Amino acid sequence: MAATTPGGAGSPDPARATAPASTLAGALRLLDYWLTVYRRTWKGTIVSSFVTPLLYVVAMGVLLGGFIEGDPAELEGATSYLAFVAPGLVAAQAMTTVIGETTYPVMDMVKWHKVYFGMIAAPLRVGDIMLAHLAFVLFRVALTSAVFLAVMAPFGVFSSVGGVLLAFLVQLLVGLAFATPVYAYAAGAKDESAFNLIFRLGMIPLFLFSGAFFPVANLDAPLELLATITPLWHGVDLTRMLTLGRVDVSAALVHVAYLVVLAALGWRWAARRLQRRLIA
Amino acid sequence: MTATDSMIWAQGLRKGFGDVEAVRGIDVDVRRGEAFGFLGPNGAGKSSTMRMVAAVSPISGGELRILGLDPAVDGPEIRARIGVCPQEDTLDTELTVRENLFVYGRYFGLPRKEVRARVDELLEFVQLTEKAGSMVEDLSGGMKRRLTIARSLINRPEVLLLDEPTTGLDPQARHVVWDRLFRLKQQGVTLVLTTHYMDEAEQLTDRLVVMDKGLIVAEGSPLDLIAEHSTREVAELRFGVAQEGDTHEVVARQVEDLADRVEVLPDRLLLYSHDGEETVAKVHERGLEPVATLVRRSTLEDVFLRLTGRTLVD
Ligand SMILES: Nc1ncnc2c1ncn2[C@@H]1O[C@H](COP(=O)(O)OP(=O)(O)OP(=O)(O)O)[C@@H](O)[C@H]1O
Ligand SMILES: [Mg+2]
Repeated sequence: MAATTPGGAGSPDPARATAPASTLAGALRLLDYWLTVYRRTWKGTIVSSFVTPLLYVVAMGVLLGGFIEGDPAELEGATSYLAFVAPGLVAAQAMTTVIGETTYPVMDMVKWHKVYFGMIAAPLRVGDIMLAHLAFVLFRVALTSAVFLAVMAPFGVFSSVGGVLLAFLVQLLVGLAFATPVYAYAAGAKDESAFNLIFRLGMIPLFLFSGAFFPVANLDAPLELLATITPLWHGVDLTRMLTLGRVDVSAALVHVAYLVVLAALGWRWAARRLQRRLIA
Repeated sequence: MTATDSMIWAQGLRKGFGDVEAVRGIDVDVRRGEAFGFLGPNGAGKSSTMRMVAAVSPISGGELRILGLDPAVDGPEIRARIGVCPQEDTLDTELTVRENLFVYGRYFGLPRKEVRARVDELLEFVQLTEKAGSMVEDLSGGMKRRLTIARSLINRPEVLLLDEPTTGLDPQARHVVWDRLFRLKQQGVTLVLTTHYMDEAEQLTDRLVVMDKGLIVAEGSPLDLIAEHSTREVAELRFGVAQEGDTHEVVARQVEDLADRVEVLPDRLLLYSHDGEETVAKVHERGLEPVATLVRRSTLEDVFLRLTGRTLVD
């Protein structure tokens, strides 16, 4: 230690500690943290990421779908219930993965273990910390969505490879559209009881009524309208267009715009709330 | 006075949280290589001050420069050059000791190879090499504190901020931490620490300020403060519990003239004088029989009591 005195006045230091030049550069400094975390936790995510989706596909698509007539006129153009429900399940899975990753884990960072307070004491900024964490969340979404889509491919529910690849990218967008607002909510929440609202009034109704399991046209008109303004419906509809190969370009653009705007607003809200939490 | 040759320089520094005025206008000037202390009871504003100095808490008033830089403008630059050991640990308890240090080093933009070398060095320095592979949640309080100190040194800081580095540690663990901090001081690192413990302040700091209710009430070296605000010796007298009323209050009035100053604590009486033994003898001459007596030198605790009318640690 003596030879490498910390803080020795003017000691030549080839690797000087510096402030990051940009938010991206700051977030990249957190790469090793998130890699380390993932190395420690990936085993625990296997069931939720890989096994649960499989169970859904078998239960809902194959078994339940066996009772449902595959009438394209009734199923938004899908030739089987499995083909109809598959994109809905993928998008709903993207949502639930994101909500799981941006509620309790974020509260842990700001309240329980306060790991973010360690990061902000280093030369990192709020935006760097958010970008890195959200990138990690998107990485988790990418992984589960890729597995999900790969598992369903053999069932012949996808119309084209290009469509599936685009549908995969859409999952990242759906993930981001949920990630930033939920992250913002969690970053400013007092305690974990605040999450009941997200799970009971947000996630579960969206999961059931946003067109993942049945066409929203089956709902009464006011409920249908309500369903079509939820973010998950936009994600489901966009994903389904792509996997079924029945793309309505203008509707697709509306979906994309909606999700992008939600993600952007969520980011701004999150930045404000996290700033207030960390820099007080 | 300019801020250029000061490591930390503050004038009229204030911090408010809504209606709470945590820091109410303090002047501070810490020089390179100095060990500087903030001594004060709970709620004095020590942590609020430290967080402003650490460039993670915007100031509410006054002026503050750290390494000559303005934290409102150059927060990340300042944080790259200082080390922070916060009052509450912010370690990732689900990672190992080594992982905690490694990832932290990366936050400073240091190359992986460089960080690995520093991690080994620092583990050795805080005597945690054997625990390198342990999960942080399995460490004792003293080990976690040493790990936090090691972490705060990963960027070879010019100033090290330590907020209550030994609170909650057992005496042995405290001495280990003191020893490490003393070595850093010898190596020329500027230390700024807060504490409730006057022995810690006496051991580690060259100069300190006594804070109370957001204000600085005294400043100087530990010895200067004692000379200025207390007597050479103190006689501590304990009397048996009398039948009724405040025994110590009553006795205090009877011996008032025997000492420069008399303080009444819940369990004992403090008589401040140049010669404690002589004072005790005079007390006996008056026919008073304390059940226990102790003569000792004045400490910062006495200074604090004098200045604020309260003890530091109750
Ligand atoms: N984030 C905050 N919001 C509101 N009030 C705060 C906040 N942080 C500190 N305070 C208040 O400011 C005052 C000073 O607190 P501070 O933590 O600076 O004291 P301290 O000297 O560090 O005390 P301790 O020895 O207990 O750590 C206290 O009254 C505290 O309640
Ligand atoms: Mg404090």
